[in-house]
Amino acid sequence: MRYIEPHGHMVSRTTDDYLSMVTAGCEAVCEPAFWAGFDRKSVDGFYDYFCQLTEHEPRRAAKFGLPHYCWLCINPKESEDLHFAKEVMELIPQFIDKPNVLGIGEIGLNKNSANELKVLERHIEIAAEHDQLILVHTPHLEDKYKGTRLILDALKNQSSIQPERCIIDHVEEHTIGMVLDEGFWAGMTLYPESKCSSSRAIDMLEHYGTQRIWMNSACDWGISRPLAVPHAAIEMKQRGHNPQWIDQVVYSNPITFMKQSSRFQPPQGSPQA
Amino acid sequence: MSKLSRKKVLDLYFMDARHKLIDLAAFLDRLDRAEGESDFRSEALAQAMQHLLSHDPDRAAKVLMTLSDPTTEPIATATTKAACGAWPGKA
Repeated sequence: MRYIEPHGHMVSRTTDDYLSMVTAGCEAVCEPAFWAGFDRKSVDGFYDYFCQLTEHEPRRAAKFGLPHYCWLCINPKESEDLHFAKEVMELIPQFIDKPNVLGIGEIGLNKNSANELKVLERHIEIAAEHDQLILVHTPHLEDKYKGTRLILDALKNQSSIQPERCIIDHVEEHTIGMVLDEGFWAGMTLYPESKCSSSRAIDMLEHYGTQRIWMNSACDWGISRPLAVPHAAIEMKQRGHNPQWIDQVVYSNPITFMKQSSRFQPPQGSPQA
Repeated sequence: MSKLSRKKVLDLYFMDARHKLIDLAAFLDRLDRAEGESDFRSEALAQAMQHLLSHDPDRAAKVLMTLSDPTTEPIATATTKAACGAWPGKA
């Protein structure tokens, strides 16, 4: 088996996780900027985090032969203070040309507040100004449906944004249709306690098809599984899906999306290499 | 794309569904045995469970929608970071 982990918060994971992922067939990992589980107290804290994502973590992954890519932003959980968010967003252009940066993400909404929406709109502008891909976090649980609608509207309101260059992550059964119908990519996050189980994710693949969809673990500092994607691939096999179908979902699709950034190097042996 | 038989779906998933169903029943028993006021979450769960015995092809989406905030405007201020799993009924 070969797969791409298109959404893993590796700064929160151990070297054992890297080894397990590579052993399971992972050929690249992509790390969106996110909430650390606590609010950072200063803009310098974000500067250090962006250095970690663009310099330190790629070196850590390289020790396991794993290419590491990242996305930059201030996440929506820390976006309520507009002045603070503005100062953090002003850091992004300093880092945007680093060799492992794929785009702006994971931007989005958390509680669907007016200030979160303003910060999301500014991130979208930054992506447009720098011709970057976009990775979007949709809110959790009861806030997901409303937040997804607000996010799609914000993206569509920026005329230079191309839906096929944006992935809307953490979709579930009540949001995947609207995301795909509008021409965006959809990400399904396999999480043990919230978000989506592998069986539900495979249900959605069987219902909506395999175009413009990827799976990820979003493994982070919480209860999460770095091997969720290869485990889902095993379940797909148990359901009788053929190797080509599985490979498209867990390998080719993430490559197809991310190679829209010239910085993403498709792994040797992939059809896109 | 594979199309599983009902027998195969049961072979693969019945035990897991049975386990989750009994866990849910035990949770409801536990909730009934507990003292004090309940809140909007138990009512939302009861409403969502109505979908389980329907024959709609999109029960998962309907359960999710029952637990979702149906409003369309951003809230004024985020006063918490966490989601609780059900909409309390006020924006």
